[in-house]
Amino acid sequence: MSTITTRGLVKEYPGGVRGVDGFDVTIEDGEFFALLGPSGCGKTTLLRSIAGLEAITEGTLHIGDRDVTNAQPGERGVAMVFQDYALFPHMDVADNIAYPLKIRKVPRTQRRQRADEVGAGLALHGLSERRPGQLSGGQQQRVALARAVATQPEVLLLDEPLSNLDARLRLEARTFLKVLQRDLKVTTVFVTHDQAEALALADRIAVMQSGRLQQLGAPHEVFQRPVNTFVASFIGSNPMNLVTTTVTQAGVRLGDGAVRLPETAAGLVAPGDEVVWGARPEYLRWSVERLDDAVEARVEVVENLGASVLLTATVGDHRLQVVVPEEDAPAAGARGWVQANARRSLLFDPRTTELIG
Amino acid sequence: MSAPAPRSTVRHYVSRVAFVVVVVLVAAFFALPLTWLVTAPFDASPTLTVEWPQWTLANFRSLAENPYALRSIGNSLVLGLGTIAVVVTLGALAAYALSRVRIPGRDGLLYALLLLSSVVTGTAAMVPLFQLMVQVGLINTQTGVVLAMSGGLLPTVVFILKDFMDSIPKSYEESARLYGARPGQILRHVVVPIARPGLAFVSVWVLVQVWGNFLLPFILLRSPESQPAAVIMYTFYTESGQADLSLISAFSLVFSVPVIAIYFLVNRRYGFRFHGGIKS
Repeated sequence: MSTITTRGLVKEYPGGVRGVDGFDVTIEDGEFFALLGPSGCGKTTLLRSIAGLEAITEGTLHIGDRDVTNAQPGERGVAMVFQDYALFPHMDVADNIAYPLKIRKVPRTQRRQRADEVGAGLALHGLSERRPGQLSGGQQQRVALARAVATQPEVLLLDEPLSNLDARLRLEARTFLKVLQRDLKVTTVFVTHDQAEALALADRIAVMQSGRLQQLGAPHEVFQRPVNTFVASFIGSNPMNLVTTTVTQAGVRLGDGAVRLPETAAGLVAPGDEVVWGARPEYLRWSVERLDDAVEARVEVVENLGASVLLTATVGDHRLQVVVPEEDAPAAGARGWVQANARRSLLFDPRTTELIG
Repeated sequence: MSAPAPRSTVRHYVSRVAFVVVVVLVAAFFALPLTWLVTAPFDASPTLTVEWPQWTLANFRSLAENPYALRSIGNSLVLGLGTIAVVVTLGALAAYALSRVRIPGRDGLLYALLLLSSVVTGTAAMVPLFQLMVQVGLINTQTGVVLAMSGGLLPTVVFILKDFMDSIPKSYEESARLYGARPGQILRHVVVPIARPGLAFVSVWVLVQVWGNFLLPFILLRSPESQPAAVIMYTFYTESGQADLSLISAFSLVFSVPVIAIYFLVNRRYGFRFHGGIKS
């Protein structure tokens, strides 16, 4: 159980490409921490640098009080679950789980005992004689987790832990992971490209792009107050509506009308300023009757999400997406009014893409 | 449905018949020598034709009385196993390194070696090879033959095994490294067991190559006590100077048994299959 601290961490590949470019973060003891970003953003490189599988080019890495910047992977007290689980195909489940203990020269009987103990904690009863090839995806993942936690590591690293599971099993495994991490209280870092996974599991999320940290915060912070338009569009099952427009006396111009100025931006912008207005589809309201501070819209596409409906509507030249409860769903072609929640909408600077308020 | 036109039916039958005739001819071409190999050793007076034998075991009895015959099988085994040991050990290490370490011009190097390997044991190299063995004092030793054979086979083996090692995901080794395994342990615990089917295949292939090689041991080994079966067979003549078919046929059968036996043994023990892991 330890903190992880990176200071100015850089991983540069031959040829000058920077996988991780100046990363500063302190991951607290016992925290469940997510590295989130699109493919190629450097999140896996950062994870592998923490594990010691990639040499760090610049900066430092501390685990607890120890400087492990140049330490061998085996000396860092980290365990990792790989995306493909990397279970040794020629060993049975018990031997796989006990492999780290074998390296530490623990006697065989003790190893088997510990493997059974850990396996029992991860719902692997009666599977200890099986080979990995004879297990389901979910079981393989639990064996990989059991092997990782068998030695009680200070830090647990998970590389895309849920990506190899099918959709239904993924939800089950997600809850399982969360419970396991809470029980073990081990500092855990996991990499994912799935924002829903990060929001659901993590205590804090680091959103990355091109090797750089974009935003660091609790899931609700990253969701409610993204620091720039990249984070705003990346987080959320339905991407945030981002409209380039101008501030007017009435609020923010949208088509022929205007929506209310976001509360947090009051006083930070003046009429005539060019801004990017952002609002999540979940925080927009659809109404057939005219509402105050609402703009008129025409429904183009209606997508059923189950309990709700995602509307794509045009307001002037802009397209807005609105999530509407199922029973209020209009038909395509219908006209109505879109009202924005002033507390839940944001303004961004169109030049720097950063949050104004 | 309309009946097919008569012309195409005829053509169909003609092509079927032609196909069957060709297949039978090809099968006979391969089956006849094998039939001879099984029947001739038990014939009282074997000839070069396949015929129903006059059953006898006398050929094997005279084979057992020959001072060099059985010993030469042992020599062949020594050469084969020795070469396997050298080639598989060195080949596995080289293939693993070449698969995991980036060296500029690696593939070019491999292809060049593969191309040049036929020179080492090729006919043109026999005179210099002979002189080399005399110089280093390995002439007329089985060590010399093992080394020369290994030199000829290693490039191909490295080539095959490198391909095999490339197909083993790196995450296995990285996982072991994270648990503190040293390179030697990673090799023993992870890489070799996973590469075992490849190693088994290469072992059998090397054995077959050495077992059937005539020229190299014929030139490098001078005394009949150390010559392998493939060379000794060459000495089976009758007093009148004709090939002694009763000895040769019996010896041929004995000669082929160990290779077949080792194939089945290796196949059962290690299996020519890939373990059922996640193979991305």
